[in-house]
Amino acid sequence: MTPFSYARAGNAAEALRLGAAGATAYLGGGTNLVDLMRETVARPAALVDVTGLSAVIEETDGGGLRIGAAARNTALAEHRAVRERYPMLSRAILAGASAQIRNMATVGGNLLQRTRCTYFYDTEGSRCNKRSPGEGCDARDGFNRIHAVLGASEACVATHPSDMCVALVALDAQVHVAGAGGERTVPIADFHRLPGDSPDRDTILAPGELITAIELPTLPLAARSTYRKVRDRASYAFALISVAAAIELDGNRVADVRVAFGGVAHKPWRALKAEAALRGGPATPEAFHAAAALEFAEAAPLRHNAFKPALAGRTLAAVLGELVKGEAA
Amino acid sequence: MSLIVNGEAVALPSDPRVSLLDHLREALHLTGTKKGCNQGACGACTVLVDGERILSCLALAVQYESRSVTTIEGLAGEDGLHPLQQAFIEHDGFQCGYCTPGQICSAIGMAAEAGRGVPSHVSVDLGAPVALTREEVQERMSGNLCRCGAHNGIVDAIRATVAAEWAA
Ligand SMILES: Cc1cc2nc3c(=O)[nH]c(=O)nc-3n(C[C@H](O)[C@H](O)[C@H](O)COP(=O)(O)OP(=O)(O)OC[C@H]3O[C@@H](n4cnc5c(N)ncnc54)[C@H](O)[C@@H]3O)c2cc1C
Ligand code: SF4
Ligand code: FES
Ligand code: FES
Repeated sequence: MTPFSYARAGNAAEALRLGAAGATAYLGGGTNLVDLMRETVARPAALVDVTGLSAVIEETDGGGLRIGAAARNTALAEHRAVRERYPMLSRAILAGASAQIRNMATVGGNLLQRTRCTYFYDTEGSRCNKRSPGEGCDARDGFNRIHAVLGASEACVATHPSDMCVALVALDAQVHVAGAGGERTVPIADFHRLPGDSPDRDTILAPGELITAIELPTLPLAARSTYRKVRDRASYAFALISVAAAIELDGNRVADVRVAFGGVAHKPWRALKAEAALRGGPATPEAFHAAAALEFAEAAPLRHNAFKPALAGRTLAAVLGELVKGEAA
Repeated sequence: MSLIVNGEAVALPSDPRVSLLDHLREALHLTGTKKGCNQGACGACTVLVDGERILSCLALAVQYESRSVTTIEGLAGEDGLHPLQQAFIEHDGFQCGYCTPGQICSAIGMAAEAGRGVPSHVSVDLGAPVALTREEVQERMSGNLCRCGAHNGIVDAIRATVAAEWAA
């Protein structure tokens, strides 16, 4: 690891003041950042520990939930209101990493874990545009089973690894951000970026900006929601495909629906095309498959991940089918 | 600047680069906690901090100032081994033993989580009290790998102690 200084921030104002210096990184649970620093992929000169900032999970006036950025992933997954009103979020968090990592990881850090692939870590042996812009991408013609099929660019085909964020985009969460110029709120769907020509930037966050909280809106249909993750082993592996979905029925028809996919793009992927196709239509397996096909119509698979669009379709159909039957929550 | 390890106050490293794992092993000579992958992927370095299981390889020691760390060395009491340590012996919960300290610390943290109702990926009902079936224990312990493949004995040992304790 490159040497760095360490300071603990007692509140957001102090974090921002300390974070204003160049080459400073905020530190949450460290489960992504410490790993990247050890591999010298990340080389901050200073760390500002933000785990002492608000970790409170509280009801908002509007009937949603506000979650302090320092809340641990386990705390969010086990929170009674999340389990009852947003079960897809509990399930998404519980499908990620391991219990030890979820106990360490903060909500802010989970949002900002790097979009990445294994080549990104391989400082000595591989080219990676995300690590060293302009160098090339060895994943494109290398082993790319877990890589993106939607929204990728010539420069980068990595996927965002977070499970939690897939549920958050399906739920239309808002990210509260504080910076030198004040505070702003960003819809989570606009928070992460597609790679384009600058895969070194994963999000729209400016240097020194701090995540203070995320907010879940009131969303009654989320009470009937779930998350399904398909991976190469039964636990403790990143997603090949994942689906967060919620559905509300009106008889046999889809009154409203939310769908997001993980494991398919540089950011958690809200499936607006699939949702539009489903809304008002029949709640049948055929309709579910057709909606997924529409979402993946422009998929651009690589050598080892051509199975992803079909797997996404089967997973979506299975998940919606379960929700319709009332078997999942 | 200090840290409490197995009940005793110890100094923190002056270099913030030192992980909790390296601090335990290299400075405090508590070598029970093992370094497997040093990147969060194996669970061999699991310790308890204020009763919660974490990975000491991804933890910077300075982040844990004033916190209370329990390692495998802190589990046995005056009257002998911790019940889980004894159960690992009785149920063949290990071969080489390298993953064992992490497995045992992890299982203690796991029991506390299950006891307060934290659901898991395989829980059918997110709101129900946790029943530590084989499947539940396997999922909850999936962050601890065992290269020797002693997993069946590990699950047996955990269920025999933790699950039995609850059933009583
Ligand atoms: C072996 C392994 C397996 C994993 N498997 C999965 C998986 O299956 N699914 C999954 O979803 N995740 C997985 N993860 C990733 C894990 O979820 C993330 O590492 C974790 O959520 C990051 O949170 P943290 O608090 O530890 O972040 P840190 O590592 O502390 O920080 C991550 C980034 O966020 C920044 N940051 C932190 N907090 C703030 C803030 N408040 N404001 C601004 N910036 C901030 C940091 O500067 C850093 O850039 C895995 C990780 C490991 C090591
Ligand atoms: S896919 Fe992206 S992260 Fe992976 S090697 Fe290519 S540029 Fe780097
Ligand atoms: S040594 Fe910490 S998880 Fe492997
Ligand atoms: S007993 Fe050898 S690794 Fe588990």
